[in-house]
Amino acid sequence: MTRERLINAALLASLLGVPLLAWQMDEPFVITLATKVAILALAGVGLNIALGLGGLVSLGHAAFFGIGGYAMGILAAHAQNYEPLFTWPFLFEGSNQMPLIWLVAVVASALAALVIGALSLRTSGVYFIMITLAFGQMLYYFAISWSAYGGEDGLSIWVRNEMPGLNTLDPIQFFAIAFAVLAMALWFSARLARSPFGLALSASRQTAERVETVGLTPFKLRLVAFVISGAITGLAGALFADLNRFVSPTMLSWHTSGEIMIFVILGGVGRLYAPLLGAAVYILLEHLLGGISEYWQIFLGLLLLIMVLFAKGGLIGLIAGREVAHD
Amino acid sequence: MSMLEISGLQASYGPSQALFGVDLSIGEGQVLALMGRNGMGKTTTIKAICGMVVPSKGSLSFAGEDLRRLKSHQIARLGIGLVPEGRRCFAPLTVEENLTAAARPGDWDFARVGQLFPRLAERRDQLASSLSGGEQQMLAIGRALMTNPRLLILDEATEGLAPVVRQEIWAAISRLKAETGMAILVVDKTLSELRQVADAAVILNKGENAWSGSMADLTPELTDRFLGV
Repeated sequence: MTRERLINAALLASLLGVPLLAWQMDEPFVITLATKVAILALAGVGLNIALGLGGLVSLGHAAFFGIGGYAMGILAAHAQNYEPLFTWPFLFEGSNQMPLIWLVAVVASALAALVIGALSLRTSGVYFIMITLAFGQMLYYFAISWSAYGGEDGLSIWVRNEMPGLNTLDPIQFFAIAFAVLAMALWFSARLARSPFGLALSASRQTAERVETVGLTPFKLRLVAFVISGAITGLAGALFADLNRFVSPTMLSWHTSGEIMIFVILGGVGRLYAPLLGAAVYILLEHLLGGISEYWQIFLGLLLLIMVLFAKGGLIGLIAGREVAHD
Repeated sequence: MSMLEISGLQASYGPSQALFGVDLSIGEGQVLALMGRNGMGKTTTIKAICGMVVPSKGSLSFAGEDLRRLKSHQIARLGIGLVPEGRRCFAPLTVEENLTAAARPGDWDFARVGQLFPRLAERRDQLASSLSGGEQQMLAIGRALMTNPRLLILDEATEGLAPVVRQEIWAAISRLKAETGMAILVVDKTLSELRQVADAAVILNKGENAWSGSMADLTPELTDRFLGV
């Protein structure tokens, strides 16, 4: 087993162990923190497919995170108010069932990623960054003006959505859901990276011309990766909104895109478990330093600066050394 | 029957014209050597075949398909495999991953490439960037074969390699010719090896055909005139 795999296993075990210990010690706040880490890591796993595998520096992933969040908020709001979402061509009254909400969140964010990706991927470099940022901000301002769903104030859901067979109001059970989804996303991401598609995507990150000469189309590879990436980030958004029982335009803002990117960069771009370590460090810093100073992000900035300058493989790269990115 | 047919091919890089009229044809199972001094248009001809340079005039067809309207990936899918000058392997991927990324349905798989180049099988899990120049060249050829081409194009496949490695590459090309019946277009400067492998040759001079014919008809006068330094 390589050193990186050991680190990955330790990370996953820690994410599982800490909340279990907190559960034994009756510390629900710690469980909620761990749940937040799992969900934000899931958003990062989504971005890491585009950024790490495809080399696509998207500053608009908050759009998918927010779409997932609003999918949850809108469906749940209609369900709790007994107001149909629409009556034609059939009656749809919203839902408080997580599997259905997740499905809608994934489909909606994947469709958004398809449209945004199809337009943005015609550019590259700084133009790609700016276009994805612009799309994200467009949706952000749309959400602010969308008074039917709370506008700038956001939308509160009074009761957490339901998962068959589980009590989602119990922190440890909700954590189990988030952990299971993250574990599946990590497994899927690992399989994807090793698949012919993932390898071709990795190759196209280097140079488009080279992969075209073997019959591959970089645009299609990147678009598929962008859609998968957006769908996973959208799922994270639905879970995040469910965790807070609240969705607001903040989920769509460029700050959120930046935060998701920070998780990936802190952990190490392209490293499978980077978003998990990045999100854990971020939440820990927020929790520990946030109590000392409200300007705690200065320290985060400093850490990020050190990472970018001295540890381009991120924290995982620093510990594991230079291994194959998808190992 | 002719597989690749090029007639009166002209191409430019911006205002600078590189090809002034190239004609060549390759039949099934034939090995054609494309020769000429540096800067005479060999690589530009290959780039035009592979859709990386848009021809300004002339015709270019492969198995009856007009290549001029097609993009690089469409041309590759028609069955033209390119081993580019300078190898250009996918550096962050391992040997096996390089081959898997390029794989298309057909007879060629990792095991068969490993039979042709046992060194690749031995270095299966090694990163492409950590291979020697010769091994990278073998990988570049293997990667092109994984696309299951009907025409294999080798651009300076033995350039800069140690003599013993060059022999391995030439042996593999001979084996491909004998065992697969694949058409091969080879650009190289080592005339002695080309004589053993190629059936016919085209010599380019200043972007156009200077001579073409059977390899057996290539006289020392011709090589001195068009290939000598």
